[in-house]
Amino acid sequence: MPSNKSVSDAPIIQFTNCRILREHKLQREDLWVRDGKILDPEKLFFDEKGYADCRLDCGGAIVAPGFIDVQINGGYGVDFSQPCEDVSTGVSLVAKKILEHGVTSFCPTLVTSPPAVYHQVLPQVNIHNGGPDGAGVLGFHLEGPFISSEKRGAHPERFLRTFQSGGTDDLMETYGSLDNVAMVTLAPELPHSQSVVSTLRQKGVTVSLGHSVANLSQAEDAVRHGASFITHLFNAMLPFHHRDPGIVGLLTSDQIPAGRTVFYGMIADGIHTNPAALRIAHRAHPSGPFRDVLSGPETWLVLVTDAIMAMGLPPGRHTLGQQVVQIQGLHAYVAGTKTLSGSIATMDMCVRHFKQAAGCSVEDALEAAALHPARLLGISHRKGSLQYGADAGPFLPLDGSGGSGAALTVFVSVSQTWFCWTTGFGSEQPTSLERSPEETMMMIIRLFPRFRICCEMA
Amino acid sequence: MRLVILDDYDLASEWAAKYIRNRIVEFKPSADRYFTLGLPTGSTPYGCYQKLIEFHRSGDLSFKYVKTFNMDEYVGLPRAHPESYHSYMWNNFFKHIDIDPANAHILDGNAEDLEAECNAYEQEIAAAGGIKLFVGGIGPDGHIAFNEPGSSLVSRTRVKTLAKDTIVANARFFGNDLSKVPTMALTVGVGTVMDAKEVMILITGAHKAFALYKAIEEGVNHMWTVSAFQQHPHTIFVCDEDATLELRVKTVKYFK
Repeated sequence: MPSNKSVSDAPIIQFTNCRILREHKLQREDLWVRDGKILDPEKLFFDEKGYADCRLDCGGAIVAPGFIDVQINGGYGVDFSQPCEDVSTGVSLVAKKILEHGVTSFCPTLVTSPPAVYHQVLPQVNIHNGGPDGAGVLGFHLEGPFISSEKRGAHPERFLRTFQSGGTDDLMETYGSLDNVAMVTLAPELPHSQSVVSTLRQKGVTVSLGHSVANLSQAEDAVRHGASFITHLFNAMLPFHHRDPGIVGLLTSDQIPAGRTVFYGMIADGIHTNPAALRIAHRAHPSGPFRDVLSGPETWLVLVTDAIMAMGLPPGRHTLGQQVVQIQGLHAYVAGTKTLSGSIATMDMCVRHFKQAAGCSVEDALEAAALHPARLLGISHRKGSLQYGADAGPFLPLDGSGGSGAALTVFVSVSQTWFCWTTGFGSEQPTSLERSPEETMMMIIRLFPRFRICCEMA
Repeated sequence: MRLVILDDYDLASEWAAKYIRNRIVEFKPSADRYFTLGLPTGSTPYGCYQKLIEFHRSGDLSFKYVKTFNMDEYVGLPRAHPESYHSYMWNNFFKHIDIDPANAHILDGNAEDLEAECNAYEQEIAAAGGIKLFVGGIGPDGHIAFNEPGSSLVSRTRVKTLAKDTIVANARFFGNDLSKVPTMALTVGVGTVMDAKEVMILITGAHKAFALYKAIEEGVNHMWTVSAFQQHPHTIFVCDEDATLELRVKTVKYFK
């Protein structure tokens, strides 16, 4: 049954028998996709008199929007901060691998590095949408070098900087260009940082506070100037103190301008933060029925992995930025110390752990990894949710051979464990994809016997 | 007429759905001969739609060769509004079945020329070979579709102003704000429904009891437009016990 071709020739895929995350709830609704975008089936029915070309029975699985990781330093042996001739190859490798964890968009993160590294690396990777071959790049996250020496964590001290020339000059001299930058983490106690925060905001770059010894009023000041994120809450900042809560106090600050939202990143790997601390942060802005009732600032939790290059690699010594780290089990330390140098958790692990530790709903856990980071970066109209018109995960752009398709991340819940699987749907020219639609379906059936696929290709 | 009385709403819905299903299946529709069905909206037929969806899901009923014609739609309400009858039909019926979108006809309350839209609708019904089975409900004031009291009993599809009773009854869907309720609608006429080969009226609930009494135990009267179907050769009234509360015991006993 071909769809009406009045609006578009692209095949329409209907996911049935699934639960989709929409309007903050898991609902039993079908998901319709065309041309890499979520389709409104009612409009399709009445306006175009169209229907699906291909129906996929999801066997009751949850279909969630692709996750967005705004802090990931590398993985699978790739270190984004390591200067080299061909950065984009490494980024593509990680992009491809993290699809398996459900991440469909990410911000490659650079730790404190000398200006030469930024000048070489930043121009090499443009912001681009993903596809079945890899997650999309939303822009770099520059964590440093304008951070506190005392709270530098694993960042190399010799490359730390301050705003000596008054702010913006230091910024541009260090980074070169901000074209491919989505977010900058800095310490707001540094003199002249306020104007830098404003400048970055004006340029559309998200400003995050982290690796800092700022007190609460310095943090509030930064928020007033435009900062909207806290880099890995609790880690690399002053601990909460009842007479000066520091950056942590932003969670319940009454100095946040009306209408502004403060997001905070958490590495929910069970190692970087004690589950009790995770719960304290989460309950500062509870979800569920109390969400709209309790007054207070808008604060939203964003799950990040802060994964380092060793993620996905076997235990041993590896290089991170300008330093060496040691992997032991689920921990990654600065070699020779007990300082955590980053996590090797994957996003799906973080989502599962967060749900279990915070005792929150499935919807909240999924939104913390998808909707909230999308809101943080101001892209929630097209990413992070399954609303009509949003991007259907990464999609294969139309290429010369006329191929087009949509890729979606689907979570199958099998006895409390989630398996994550991403599929790409091909066009009439399977050579434009690694896998043809038929092969994709065979893989699905092999991996997830509960899937029953009834597909009538036009 | 036939008066079919079931114990409660669920049983009445099931009976009606089975009747529709059986009619369609017996007809053996195909690409050459479609089964044409007239459809209502509102809370009364909801259970019936649920049952029909069940039959479809279990493989007993396909709507592939069924054409549907809805009775009415509000004027001026955006089609995507959750209270429009397009939304009702999509959410409660069409999205769950295998009907071809080109065969699902609903009046367009946002058409540029409302009169032309109504005339075209009549022609579409004629082109489809007339309606085999028209399913309808009844308002508390005895109206069928939006043929409010005083409507001609031989009327055709047209624009109607809604009666105060109807607007008040519908306010609950618009946040109880009377100013938000549409005041006009496009509706098939009494005559349009009378042209159908067979008519089935669903009536459930005590609040409809008086209307049912007026419709079948009193005379044909344009103040209670459903009464027109006393003059149709094949009418079935499907109701629950509560809807019979205003009928004479003799009537109920006869039909039970």
